[in-house]
Amino acid sequence: MDAQKAIISIIGVDKVGIIYSVSKLLAEANINILDISQTILRDIFTMIMIVDISNSTVEFNILKENLNSLGEKMGLKIDIQKEDIFRAMHRL
Amino acid sequence: MRFAFDEIEETIRMVQAEKLDIRTITMGISLRDCVSDNVETLSNKVYDKITKKAKNLVKVANDLESEFGIPIVNKRISVTPIAVISESAKSAEDFIKIAKTLDAAAKEVGVNFIGGYSALVHKGFTDGDLRLINSIPEALSSTERVCSSINVATTKAGINMDAVALMGKIIKKTAELTKDKDGIGAAKLVVFCNAPEDNPFMAGAFHGVGEGECVINIGVSGPGVVLAALSKLDSKADFGQVSEIIKKTSFKIARAGELIGRIAAERLNSSFGILDLSLAPTPEIGDSIANILEAMGLSKCGAHGTTAALALLNDAVKKGGVMASSYVGGLSGAFIPVSEDAGMISAVEAGALSIEKLEAMTCVCSVGLDMIAIPGDTPAETISAIIADEMAIGMINKKTTAVRIIPVPGKKEGDHVEFGGLLGHAPVMKVNNFSADTFIKRGGRIPAPLHSLNN
Repeated sequence: MDAQKAIISIIGVDKVGIIYSVSKLLAEANINILDISQTILRDIFTMIMIVDISNSTVEFNILKENLNSLGEKMGLKIDIQKEDIFRAMHRL
Repeated sequence: MRFAFDEIEETIRMVQAEKLDIRTITMGISLRDCVSDNVETLSNKVYDKITKKAKNLVKVANDLESEFGIPIVNKRISVTPIAVISESAKSAEDFIKIAKTLDAAAKEVGVNFIGGYSALVHKGFTDGDLRLINSIPEALSSTERVCSSINVATTKAGINMDAVALMGKIIKKTAELTKDKDGIGAAKLVVFCNAPEDNPFMAGAFHGVGEGECVINIGVSGPGVVLAALSKLDSKADFGQVSEIIKKTSFKIARAGELIGRIAAERLNSSFGILDLSLAPTPEIGDSIANILEAMGLSKCGAHGTTAALALLNDAVKKGGVMASSYVGGLSGAFIPVSEDAGMISAVEAGALSIEKLEAMTCVCSVGLDMIAIPGDTPAETISAIIADEMAIGMINKKTTAVRIIPVPGKKEGDHVEFGGLLGHAPVMKVNNFSADTFIKRGGRIPAPLHSLNN
C-alpha cells in the first residue's frame, strides 16, 4: 500500500513532554513519524509532524479526536490534516 | 514531496485565523424522472429521489471537513426547476404540497436549504409557471428550507416585464406573510437575469435542465484570506501588485475547493460539476468584501472608486481561479450582499453606501442587489422598477444579475433588522420614492438587445 501521509500541527505554549506525548499516542496507533520540524512563531511554539497513516490501527476521525483531547489536556492546539490538501494548494 | 514549513503554516493560518472555508457543497439532483400528472405520485417520487441521492451528503461533507481540516459551512441541494416537472399540477394546494415535500426531504437528509422552487420565464409564462409563481408567498412562508428563484430576463430573450411586475407583488406578499420574522421569506427568493444552471449558492441555486443526473458543485470562499494577503501589501504597491496578490490567493483557495469537490463527488457516486469561485462574505468581522475594497485604499466602501476596486477584485479572483480548476462555473466573482457583510453594513450606516451605488457595483461583479432591507411600505411597483433596472444591467452586459430584496413589514428607513445566522443583520435602506407605476404597468417584453455596435 502506498504511504498515506498526514500533517500534524501543534500550536501553543512550549512545555516539557509535548513530543513525548504526541509520539506515544502515534506509536500506539501504529503511525510512523516521517519528519518533525519546530519553530517559535510570534512567540508561539509551533511544531509540525509529517506522519504515515497507511498502517494506522485507529480510524482517522478517532485519531483526530484523540489528538484534539491530548491537546486540550496539555493546553495546546493539535490538529491533523491529510497531506493532499497541502499538495493541492502549494504544488502544481 | 517535501513541504516547506512556511507552506504548511500558511494553509493552517488561512483556515484558523483568516476563515478560509468551503462555503457550500451543493448536490444538484435531476427530478425530470419524477414527472406525473398525479401530484401525490409526483411528491412521493421527489421525496424518494432526493432522500436516496443525498442520503450521505452531510456525512461525506463532515468527513472531508475532518480529514482536510477545512470547514465546509453549508450542505445543500438544488433540484430541477419545480415549474418544469410540475406543469400538470393544477391548484395552489398542489404546489404547496410539493414545496412541503422538498422541505421534508431537506430535513430528512439534514441540509439547511434546498433550491429549485423555480421557474424560467424570461420569454413567457406557461400556465404552470404562473401557478408556481403565485404560490411562492405561501410556499416560502409555510416551509423552512425551501428557496425559490425566478429567471425573468436573458440577453437573448430580453426582459419579461409582466414577470417583473408580478415579482414585485410576490416579493411584497412573501415578506408580509413572514412579517413575524422581519420578512425573512423574501430572503429565500431571488429574481434573476441570465441565471446560471449550475450555481451552488442559495437562494438562487437550481439544477438546470442541461445538467446531469446527480452533480456535486462546490462554492469556495475566502474574503478573509484575500483581505489578509492585501493587508500585508505596502500602501504604495501599485494595482499590478494588488491584482497579482489576489490572483495568487484565489488560486490556492480554488485548488482546495477543487480537491474537496472531486473527492466528494467520487464518494457520493455522482459527477463533479463546477467550482464556483465566488468570494462570499459572512457577517463576521474580517470576512468582508467591503473591507477588501477598503484595503485597496478607500476610506469607506461606497466612496467614489469603489466600482473600480470591485472590478479589479472580481477579475483577479477569476484569473487566479481559472488556472486552478478546469471546471469553473456558477456565478464566480465577488458577492456584495449587504446584511451578510460587516463592512457593507457599516458603510450603509455611515451613509457611504446607497442602493444606487450598489447598483453601479453590480455592473462589474457577480450577482446583484443582494440581501438589501428596504422600508415595508415600499410599493410593489417600486420593487418591480428596482428589479427592471437590475435585469437591464444583466441583459445589456451579457452577465448574470439578480435581486434579493426584503421589504421589511412595519420598518422604515434607518431602522434595523436582524435575520440571524449567516443572513446577518441590516439597516433599512433608503429607496427613491418617485413613482414608476406607469412604466411597470405597461407589461409586455423589453426586446433583446443588439449585439453589435457595442459602445
